[in-house]
Amino acid sequence: MSRQIVMPFGPQHPVLPEPIHLDLVLEDETVVDVIPSIGYVHRGLETLVEKRQFPEYVYIAERTCGICSFIHGMTYCQGVERVMGLEVPERAHYLRTIWSEYSRLHSHLLWLGLFADGMGFENLFMNAWKHREFVLDVMEETTGGRVIQGSCKVGGVRRDIDQETLKKMERDLKGFEKGLKEMANVFLNDDSIASRLRGVGVLSRNDAYVCGAVGPTGRGSGVPIDIRMTGYAAYGEVDFSPVVEEDGDCYARCAVRVNELFSSIEIIRQLIDRIPGGEIEVKVKGNPDGEYFSRSEQPRGELVHYVKGNGTKYLARSRIRTPTLTNIPPLVKMLQGCELADVPVIVLSIDPCIGCMER
Amino acid sequence: MKPENQELRVIDTAHLIGEVEDFRNKGYRLVNVSCTRAGEEFEISYSFELDLRFENIRIIIPPDADIPSISGIYWGAFIYENEMHDLFGVHVRGMNIDFKGNLIRTTVPYPFRNTSFKGEGPCQDR
Repeated sequence: MSRQIVMPFGPQHPVLPEPIHLDLVLEDETVVDVIPSIGYVHRGLETLVEKRQFPEYVYIAERTCGICSFIHGMTYCQGVERVMGLEVPERAHYLRTIWSEYSRLHSHLLWLGLFADGMGFENLFMNAWKHREFVLDVMEETTGGRVIQGSCKVGGVRRDIDQETLKKMERDLKGFEKGLKEMANVFLNDDSIASRLRGVGVLSRNDAYVCGAVGPTGRGSGVPIDIRMTGYAAYGEVDFSPVVEEDGDCYARCAVRVNELFSSIEIIRQLIDRIPGGEIEVKVKGNPDGEYFSRSEQPRGELVHYVKGNGTKYLARSRIRTPTLTNIPPLVKMLQGCELADVPVIVLSIDPCIGCMER
Repeated sequence: MKPENQELRVIDTAHLIGEVEDFRNKGYRLVNVSCTRAGEEFEISYSFELDLRFENIRIIIPPDADIPSISGIYWGAFIYENEMHDLFGVHVRGMNIDFKGNLIRTTVPYPFRNTSFKGEGPCQDR
């Protein structure tokens, strides 16, 4: 047996935009064990429910993440609305779902760019982020914010999208989709990318299940978990099925995200076609008293906002279980047995959002 | 919107492992483990899902009690259990990976156990 050494990976590393630390136990060039540690930027946002009234806490919830901020706000609002028994207007549900899918496009394109950059494919990185700009422009035009939208509130949404803008969004999707197809062709069919990703960081279906993998990390291993199938917001009104790959390697996780881009476009088209008219919010009376586990499908996987009210303006508890936290145990499994040189690509392949995890 | 039905049962701590094993044998996946302060006690909720059926069990423990780890049943549970220990100071016996308080680096021990804002009240009261 070779001598074992422990090599630190992070918290500062070229492939990590945010800090996470891994102690890699190595035998020669092979990783035999991994010990993660987090908490470098833990903000304790959950405790702020004791200091912010429940309608205001949506701003805190949104700032949990700088990528899928809208979905955090929406999931929190859903939880409070359920506790209070509020019936949110259908149009608000559709608008929330449209913005959620644009958030998914934004997040996946951002990740694809970073992933390409991590592999040294600078040109592809710039191409992915060029497409991401289109999505951010739509978000800015419809909500006023590129990253933090602030358009969701308890009881509905703050902003409507007029019919003319919706039609323009639908028209623009055509050109956007064409550009994505060219980019997807490179991610899915380029030999150098395939040889860098295929067979690397394999997570078996059973390990994915036992370790609690969610989102593209789980679906890349053949576990068809997609919380959108529960029909929250307006997902019950559109036809789609989860994108699933079976191989469980870095390529499979990349392929899930690439194919989900087109799935999201199709969902947005259906929503624009079917969006009903009417109000976009209901008046909120009283205070939440009760508890609910509000779930949604973030770009990285299942998100849970647990809210517990005590009949006052201040919630008793907010618990945010983010997908990156639950994807850490699967990451440990993926890294066991891999080559040292593959560690950066494998870490990136779960799309780690440390900001989310360190809420 | 289709509201999700959620079941929640409060169980005795002594039955925790048996209940969790039962979920595992039926094919449920572990969704979440969360801790909440409830007066002088802690509520610890375990959430599971199978085919979009969402179920929760809960144990209620005094602050100085320790609880058995479920990481022998669901391997990935160590991340929640270590987090619960580091933030709330809940002692968990028999974790498959025990960080001994070093998973989350906090400036004060167990910051969520008794949250305080250095004498500040809610900002609206100022």
